[in-house]
Amino acid sequence: MLTKRIIPCLDVDQGKVVKGVNFVNLRNAGDPVELASFYNEQGADELVFLDITASSDGRNTMVDVVQRVSKEVFIPLTVGGGIRSVNDVRVMLESGADKVSFNTAAVADPDLIKRSANHFGNQCIVVAVDARRIEAESKFSAQDQSGFHINPDISIKNSSEWEVFIYGGRKRTGIDAIKWIQLVTQLGAGELLVTSMDSDGMQNGYDINLLNEISKKVSVPVIASGGAGNLDHLCDAIIEGNADAVLAASIFHFGKYTIKQAKQHMHEKGIPIRL
Amino acid sequence: MPRKNIRIGIIDYAASNLRSVEKAFTHIGAEVIVSSNAKELTNADALVFPGQGSNDSAMQGLAKASLIQPIKEFVNNDRPFLGICMGLQLLMESSEEGNEPCLGIFEGNVKRFSGQMKIPHMGWNKVKIIRKHPIFKDLPDNPYFYFVHSYYADPLEKTIILSTTNYGDEFVSAIASDNLIAVQFHPEKSGSIGLDVYRNFLQFAEANI
Repeated sequence: MLTKRIIPCLDVDQGKVVKGVNFVNLRNAGDPVELASFYNEQGADELVFLDITASSDGRNTMVDVVQRVSKEVFIPLTVGGGIRSVNDVRVMLESGADKVSFNTAAVADPDLIKRSANHFGNQCIVVAVDARRIEAESKFSAQDQSGFHINPDISIKNSSEWEVFIYGGRKRTGIDAIKWIQLVTQLGAGELLVTSMDSDGMQNGYDINLLNEISKKVSVPVIASGGAGNLDHLCDAIIEGNADAVLAASIFHFGKYTIKQAKQHMHEKGIPIRL
Repeated sequence: MPRKNIRIGIIDYAASNLRSVEKAFTHIGAEVIVSSNAKELTNADALVFPGQGSNDSAMQGLAKASLIQPIKEFVNNDRPFLGICMGLQLLMESSEEGNEPCLGIFEGNVKRFSGQMKIPHMGWNKVKIIRKHPIFKDLPDNPYFYFVHSYYADPLEKTIILSTTNYGDEFVSAIASDNLIAVQFHPEKSGSIGLDVYRNFLQFAEANI
């Protein structure tokens, strides 16, 4: 039976891991290679590296990070942040990434998903969606701040429940998140990384309704992100939200739980897991 | 430890993410050449045949590099050979994924997963070893490996099956016949157990050059 996956997410700025690196037993806590090895040994099923480097001249350091990590750590690596073209995808895959994730660039140019999937296969194209629940009154003032041309078919309507945000959650798009994920999977996304902006950072659990709505609509794997505060939250995302994988950052980075503890707990709840 | 001078040739036919396979073999101390040149490849002690992408583009890539005949000869001469993922599927006769005939080393074809399961089959799944083989030496019972694929090989000759895996139905996840081994999963993405499989292949190749 295919197991559910636990995926730690590492934020990388100028080649250094930046969030929650207070493991006492690491020599150089900000070193991506050392942290990736650490999670691999604990039993992480995959790793996600998110490049949060603001300046474009810092981008090449991510290529170097991916090259170094993939020489030492032999589990799947997904790289996101600042990937804007088919050539960017190529560079990352050749450096050792197994998948790349698009976010803002997919909204700016949805066809980029199709071109990339045609070149490299759907299995290595992830679309990351930052979704926020729409307040009743804002439906009527739904405003696209993205500056991109948005297909009216996927725009927010009165029945819409979640809106897609881009630029790290800073800008609205006026796009209905449920319609968006259907479009991107048609275009060739092989996996969805779904972050609830309402839940992210709150540690009160993932947005189960959002996950469920999305899982119902697509046949590609869904990774839940945003909101994990304890081990039951991981189980809820899978059992109630029908997610295929759970991504978490702070509960692992700050040493609240180990991956091993998380897996043991999920196993006890009857979730198929690689122990 | 493998003898230092055993040389692994990785077949480069522009249809795979072969860098990770190369990195994994390099990591365990093998001497590796990556090439699309038949002569260079057949001079190696053992061949590794990775693969990703679609059936037709893979077969066209092999034809373009004039590699179809040399690969068949290498296998027919019973030299050590390891197929990975698409490199297992292409050993069959034909594939539901495309129109190009495959290498036809084994009878049978390649089928698409059907039913309610999500496609691709992506993630860690259990490999049920049904026949003992050196490639699985010293592994735990029913080990987990990482899979990414939408199609699977269905060989007619059941005696070549080494392992099966469940995804809706049971499918063939590894085969072996003489000095040829082929696996549907990705050892280079399966952590330390995956590296053990590559170490086992090095030892197997060394013993069967």
